[in-house]
Amino acid sequence: MITVQACLDGLLLGILFALIAYGMALQWGVMNIINIAQGDLVILGGYIAYFMYLYGIHPAWGVIVSPIIMYFVGIAIYKLVINKVVDRDLFISILATFGISILFMQLMNFAFGADVVLANSGYGTTMLFDNNVVLPNSKIFSAFISIVFAICLVVYMKRSKLGRAIRATAQNARAAKILGVDTEKVYAATFGINAALCGVAGALISITFTIHPYMGLPYTIRSFMIVIVAGLGNLPGVAMSGMGLGIFEEFADYILGTEFRIGSVFLLLVLILVYRRFKLSRKREYLK
Amino acid sequence: MKIKNILITFVSAIALLFSTSVVSFAKVVGDKIILGAAISLTGKYSSNGVHTQNGYNMAVDRINSMGGVKVGGKTYKFDIIYYDDESNPKRAAQLAERLISQDKVEFMLGPYSSGLTKAIAPVTEKYGVPMVEANGASRSLFTKGYKYLFAVLAPANLYLDVAIRTAVELNGGKGVRIAQAFEQDAFSQDVRLGILDAAKETGSEIIIDDKLPKELNDMAATLVKVKQMKPDVLVVSGHTKGALTAIRQISEMKVDVPMLAMTHCDAAKLSKQHGKNSQYALCASQWHKTLTYKDDFFKDGMTYAADFEKEFGYDPPYQSAESSAALLVFKDAFERANTFDQKKVRDALAATNMQTFYGNIKFAPGGQNVDKPMVLFQVMCDDAGKCENKVVAPLKWASAELIHPVPKWSER
Repeated sequence: MITVQACLDGLLLGILFALIAYGMALQWGVMNIINIAQGDLVILGGYIAYFMYLYGIHPAWGVIVSPIIMYFVGIAIYKLVINKVVDRDLFISILATFGISILFMQLMNFAFGADVVLANSGYGTTMLFDNNVVLPNSKIFSAFISIVFAICLVVYMKRSKLGRAIRATAQNARAAKILGVDTEKVYAATFGINAALCGVAGALISITFTIHPYMGLPYTIRSFMIVIVAGLGNLPGVAMSGMGLGIFEEFADYILGTEFRIGSVFLLLVLILVYRRFKLSRKREYLK
Repeated sequence: MKIKNILITFVSAIALLFSTSVVSFAKVVGDKIILGAAISLTGKYSSNGVHTQNGYNMAVDRINSMGGVKVGGKTYKFDIIYYDDESNPKRAAQLAERLISQDKVEFMLGPYSSGLTKAIAPVTEKYGVPMVEANGASRSLFTKGYKYLFAVLAPANLYLDVAIRTAVELNGGKGVRIAQAFEQDAFSQDVRLGILDAAKETGSEIIIDDKLPKELNDMAATLVKVKQMKPDVLVVSGHTKGALTAIRQISEMKVDVPMLAMTHCDAAKLSKQHGKNSQYALCASQWHKTLTYKDDFFKDGMTYAADFEKEFGYDPPYQSAESSAALLVFKDAFERANTFDQKKVRDALAATNMQTFYGNIKFAPGGQNVDKPMVLFQVMCDDAGKCENKVVAPLKWASAELIHPVPKWSER
């Protein structure tokens, strides 16, 4: 039963991580930018849901409202900062987004205070297997919403005009430009969509966990890892590695103890990178 | 040329001497005793930093308006120079240095949190500046042999000691089975050491001993273990996020445990954020307004709470109360020393033995207050869902009876 419990806990957690990683993979693939501020966007999205909760609106509505607001926040960040670093090398964009991350942390601390807060959904609990496995409904709700948003995005990418333009730009920005794609607009939209996904995830986190202005970094690191493991442009891979990571964390926590939870995740990252390097060296391909 | 140089050096040396001798009176300018404090007004401790500052300010106003401090037949008033340490230990140490060497402050008040107090204490010690602090409880502060550090609060290892003892008492004096989860920071680990000591003395057994990460927001794995092992007591300490996460997940996962003891409940506004789900949680507290200690300035806890609420618009957390008490200690020590000589004030502080609205204060050689026990309150809610914290232990101060064991989730 413990195994089932840990698996399910990890799975539900992993799906939520995958949603954040999904946004990161998207804009990393399209714009070649590693967004260190990813986690801070998540937390900001969480605060939007929290404030709705404070004003008596059910925080679950945050998954609708928060992405809409965050989309425009994303566009604004793009127009102000990102468009100036999008063609530069990776290092510049990391520095720029790192700066944005610090700025966001301090602004959130200034505006919302340093208290740890949460939004109560009042969703109750589901008991399975004769009450031996308990699943908070808020976690099930977040996993469900994450999947819905992920599917919507995949369909949107495949079917819509903007989606096609985004994919074309990701493959070859120059060629896309020649064929009449307004890449500037595509970049802005991509960053906006990423921020919107962060908004959804943030709203879900405020319902299932807690939020705090300085809690963004772990989310950035986890999504970074998931993307590294899955590889760019591999959306099913992101979903799989997200869930895998969630389950791995939960088991590491249970078997080794909570103090090794994050450590074991990093150990896994190192192992995977070494393994990939090993595989690559056997392939003998030219790498840019 | 040479003579000119010598002359310039001579003149500037005299000027320097003169300037320092003028400034060295700065600790007491006219009728003001100037204290220095680095406080976290921004950064991650900003909410508790503000509670601390409000506590200090409240006491300064009260003491000044009630006649000030009488030293050598003259009346002085308190004044505080504040700097914002941005919740950063390095910055706090720099600011302490600045307060002492530039602003010439000769007496200091403590910052918020054990970590920042640890950063400042070596500086005040180096310059021999007496510091009365009210928000650093870590045991390691009191084992370093600091001579100029005085803390009005009980050390961290005593925070949940009383919970274990109460559980053992209710178990008919037999040892209990303890599950514990502590964040990996200086304060929480000190609380943990206290539990280990208490467990050893009472013959209790620790069956789960988890360490929580700093960026803690999920302790489901620990709670799964708790569900399986069924301990008698569950102890959690991880600042406000620990308290909030624990209550959220315990209620969601319907974890039944006869006693749940935590720290930082009032800082986390537990009963407000979680309502009825937080019911029956036991919380360690340095102070509670219903305690019946008394002094001449704030009268008692209830009056203090009412006055504080009138001035700042919220119920005072214990962080404010202990900060106010620090000023009362300074006033008392100045009057007994009857001088502003740092050494003599230090000796007077060491000999402190008084009662304030916050509790009795008497310092051990290490600097911690040994005359004030921790209290435990329990969150109790009425049918309408309105929750209140009521002191349940130690029995001497209890205003309500401890509800034990905690009713099962299925019966709530």
